[in-house]
Formats: sequence, structure tokens, C-alpha cells
Amino acid sequence: MSAEEIIKPENKVYSRPRLLDERVTHYCPGCSHGVVHRIIAELLDEMGLEDNTVAVAPVGCAVFAYNYIDVDWVEAAHGRAPAVATALKRLNPGNLVFTYQGDGDLSAIGTAETIHAANRGENIAIIFINNGIYGMTGGQMAPTTLLGMKTATTPYGRRADLNGYPLRISELLAPLDGTCYVTRQAVHTPAAVRKTKAAIRKAFQNSMEGKGTSVVEIVSTCNSGWKMSPAKSNEWMAEHMFERYPMGDLKNI
Amino acid sequence: MQEDIRLMKGNEAIAHAAIRYGADAYFGYPITPQSEVLETLEDEMPWETTGMVVLQAESEVAAINMVYGGAASGKAVMTSSSSPGVSLKQEGISYIAASELPALIVNVMRGGPGLGTIQPSQADYFQATKGGGHGDYHLIVLAPATVQEMADFVALGFDLSFKYRTPAMILADGIVGQMMEKVVLPPQRQRRTEEEVAAQCPWAVTGKHGRGHRNIVTSLEMDSPKMEENNLRFQRTYAEIAEKEVRFQEYFCDDAEYLIVAFGSVARICLKAIEDARARGIKVGLLRPITLWPFPTREIEALSRRVKGILVVELNAGQMIEDVRLAVEGRVPVRHFGRMGGMIPNPGEVLDALDTEIINPAKK
Repeated sequence: MSAEEIIKPENKVYSRPRLLDERVTHYCPGCSHGVVHRIIAELLDEMGLEDNTVAVAPVGCAVFAYNYIDVDWVEAAHGRAPAVATALKRLNPGNLVFTYQGDGDLSAIGTAETIHAANRGENIAIIFINNGIYGMTGGQMAPTTLLGMKTATTPYGRRADLNGYPLRISELLAPLDGTCYVTRQAVHTPAAVRKTKAAIRKAFQNSMEGKGTSVVEIVSTCNSGWKMSPAKSNEWMAEHMFERYPMGDLKNI
Repeated sequence: MQEDIRLMKGNEAIAHAAIRYGADAYFGYPITPQSEVLETLEDEMPWETTGMVVLQAESEVAAINMVYGGAASGKAVMTSSSSPGVSLKQEGISYIAASELPALIVNVMRGGPGLGTIQPSQADYFQATKGGGHGDYHLIVLAPATVQEMADFVALGFDLSFKYRTPAMILADGIVGQMMEKVVLPPQRQRRTEEEVAAQCPWAVTGKHGRGHRNIVTSLEMDSPKMEENNLRFQRTYAEIAEKEVRFQEYFCDDAEYLIVAFGSVARICLKAIEDARARGIKVGLLRPITLWPFPTREIEALSRRVKGILVVELNAGQMIEDVRLAVEGRVPVRHFGRMGGMIPNPGEVLDALDTEIINPAKK
């Protein structure tokens, strides 16, 4: 069989998702955002949600997410995405409304909006990228930064006596009556990517069925901020982050 | 059709007027002296009748960001608060202005600074008329003096904000928010359909629905030449508003030798003082700005060529007086009389101030 015979559209098993724009992203090579963007773009297409999705971008590394996934977007103020999404969903209940937020946005400055949107059971999906650091501003400490972890604002490592403890926000959200699905996933292996895709699919389904707030935390790498190679970041994440942020469902009803 | 005449507080009038305008949503947080807006809306349950969404948010910050989200989808969305709460909303208001979204914000002012007092004030004039949050922007600022205007300015504020795609603010003082007066409520209008929203707001994030391209609502632009162009576009909008939307009311100005400039309920106190002055043969007129931004600069400039002096009366330490002085450009004396901290002057005090500051300054 010649190459020409093999390279045919019907034999194609992998390609750029239709809703993921053909452009270079601003993300650092090796970072987890690209994989998660791809998963979301695939799902919006597969689930037929292209025309009735409004996504909410955060302040942080994903601030430009609206440049990459071809649906309607609102760029929220820092931490306020769940409040913005609350109004978008209540005023347009037939739409899928999801937020895409990092740990600084969601679990520091936006903690109140996160907790209260989830407690009201807003029918939104929250995609939470937890890489334990502020990437966009140059690698400062986040609430989720591990103890001992060096960042631009904890140059000698995070200390509990000075900076408190790594915040497990999903564990705060799971007991709330308004949440229907809280899960923690990763995208560092093909198996993990498949599980994350299944989790986001479920979150989107829940939102469209009006079951309450769904939260998909994705423990992620920030190789630039962590100052490691992408491969080493994946190893380091599995070795250190998963201990504090264990994989799996915290709530699934 | 018979008019729908009621007796109610200014805050209640705002709530009823919002429902009757066909507003799509209200997001608020309790704070004295404006909590009746949210209370009245919850009591009226408009989601059962017009479909209007009413939500008590977890904070003023969340409420204004809900307004931002709702406005981004092309809906007629509003919030209300009082001074400290409006300070909290400023970041969100700046985003709404910079994203060129329509929205209505009500500030029923109380005395400050800080936690201050729950009694009336006009000390947020600077904040409301000079932008308030970060960046170069303006709000269309309407200053009601009566409960009727509290009701009427809901429709006016929404209409102007949709016309120019810029947020409008009703800047009321606690007096007009809390006092009860006769008000003629407007007839009930239907909320716009999804098709009407899409036609009126082609920029709205409603889901693509076959539009063929995505809409993005953002105030972010990292390319400085483009960001400057955005700013120039905002300024062109503000210039057009300043040209076309100045609103004010003149009382007894035709033969006036002296002029009082006052806004909101203070203008009514001044009107009583002017009646008393005229009974004594002193010819005083009143100019009441209805839009505080855009400011009636040209009208005050014209009057300053005919009067001997101008007294600006405000419930603050002297804020609007700066805009009056910019209009007068030193042609005649412009003096201030203000009470603060929730204190309200009576007409006699205004008359005394007019006498000592403007008519007979030598007596001081």
C-alpha cells in the first residue's frame, strides 16, 4: 500500500478540531492549556453546542482563550467569571455557559464569586486550571502553591507560617448543595486526557440539563513558572501535586 | 387610558419603572438607603409576569459583574446601590464602559467618606461625573429631583445607554430615594424578544446561532495603537453625547440678577429659597442640571454673562462648583454653600448664604 493510498480523508484519525482556530497560541510550549482547549473545542463540536455556547474567559494565562475557540466569549474581570456566567445563563437559559479559570482567578481573588455561584447551583460549568502558580504575571505564589514551592513571591519556598496552606477549593465546593459534579483530573497522559474529556462532557451535559453547578479541576503544569522542561513538569506534577490534589470525583450526582 | 397614579418612595418608583420598562434583569445587594429597590422587585416577582430576572448577589462586586454579563448578551440590565457599594462597583463599571455595553446603575447617595452615614448626601458627584473607576471614560449621569423623575429616568437611562452603548447612572440623593410622592407610573412594556435583541445588538454574546462568526465582549487590547484607537472611539462617543444630550431646567432665570445652581432634591430647597427672595424683591434664578454629565456648560456660561454672582448649593464640600467655575471662567463670583454628613439646609440657610456670599459679601 502506497502512502497516497493511505493518506485519504476517510483514514484520518487525528486532526485539529473544527472549532479550534488555526493560529499560534500565546501559551508556553508544553503547558496544559493547549490540551484543555483542544478537549473543549472537540466537545463543543461533538455535542452540537457551537451555536448556543457563551464562554467566559478569566484574567490570567487564559485571558486570550477567546482568540482560540470559535464560540461567543466574554472576558471577565479578575475572579468575576462565575458572576458574569450567572447572568449569562439566567438570561439565556438555553445556552451552555462555562467559565475557564486559573487558580489565582478562581481560588484567590474570585473565591467569593466561585463559592456563591456554586452555592446557588447556577447551571454553569467551571473549568478550573490548577497549576499552583500565577503564570501570566510571571510566576508568583497562588493559594494552591505547594508548601516549599519556590515562586517569584516565595523565593525561599512557600512557608505555612507566612503564607498559609495550599487551598483545596474543590473540597470546599463539593459539599455545597448547589454543586452536582465536582471532579479533579489532569492531562499529562493519554489516559488522563480521555478522563478529562469525559469529565468536561459530563459537566457540559449537567449544565444543559439544569442539574446545578459542575466543577472540573484540572491539575496542570506551568513549566515556565515551575522552571522545568515540559516532560519534567509532568513528572513533578504527578509526584508532588497529586498528593495534595488527588485525582478523581469528589461529587457526582 | 386612565393614568396609573401611586404614592411611593423614590426607591420603589425605580423598581416599578424597571419592571414596566421591560428590563431584563436586576442584580443588587442590600445597602441603606436604597434597599427598597431590591425589596420591591422581590415583592413584585416580575419573573412571574414579564420574565425579568431579579437576583440578590453576594456582594456589590458580584452584582456589577452580573450586570456586565447580562449587558454583554444585549439585555437591559441594571443594578442599584448606595455610595460605599457604588465604590465597590467601580472596577466593573469601568469594564462595562470600556466594553461599550449598555447598563443602568443607580446610586442613592449617602454621606461619606468611609462608612459615613445613611443620611442623604451628594458627595459622589466627582465619582459619578469624572468616570469613577480607572481609565478615561464617562457615564451619562442623570440627577432626579422628584419621585416622578426617579421613575422617568429609568427609561431615559436605559434608552440613552442603548443609544450610545455606554452605561448610564441615576445619581440620586437619599432624600429623593426615601421620600414619598405622587408618581405617574408608565404603562407596561413588553421585554424585547430574542430576535429583537439580536437585531438591536448584533455585537451581543447570545451564542453564534448561525451568525457565522463569534462575538467577543472584552475591554482588553494589548496592541497599543489599537487601544489608542479604542480610546479615541470612546471619546468620539462622549463628544456626541456632550453635544446632544445635555438636559437641565431653568427657573426664574429671565430677569435674574443672581443665579443658584443646584441638582437633585437640593434644587427644590433652593427653589423655595428663591420664592422667598423674590417676595423680598431679590431677583434670583435657578439652574438645575438634569444631566450632570454631560454638564450644561454652555447654558451656565450664557447665564454668567447676565448675572452678578452665582451660588452653588450642594450636599458636599464643593464638587459641582468646579464644573460651574469652568463654565463661568471667572466672569462673576462663584461661591459654594454646602452641608455635609447627612445634614440638609433649609431655605433660610440658602438665602443667608446667598446674601453673605454673593449679594453682600462685605458683611462676611
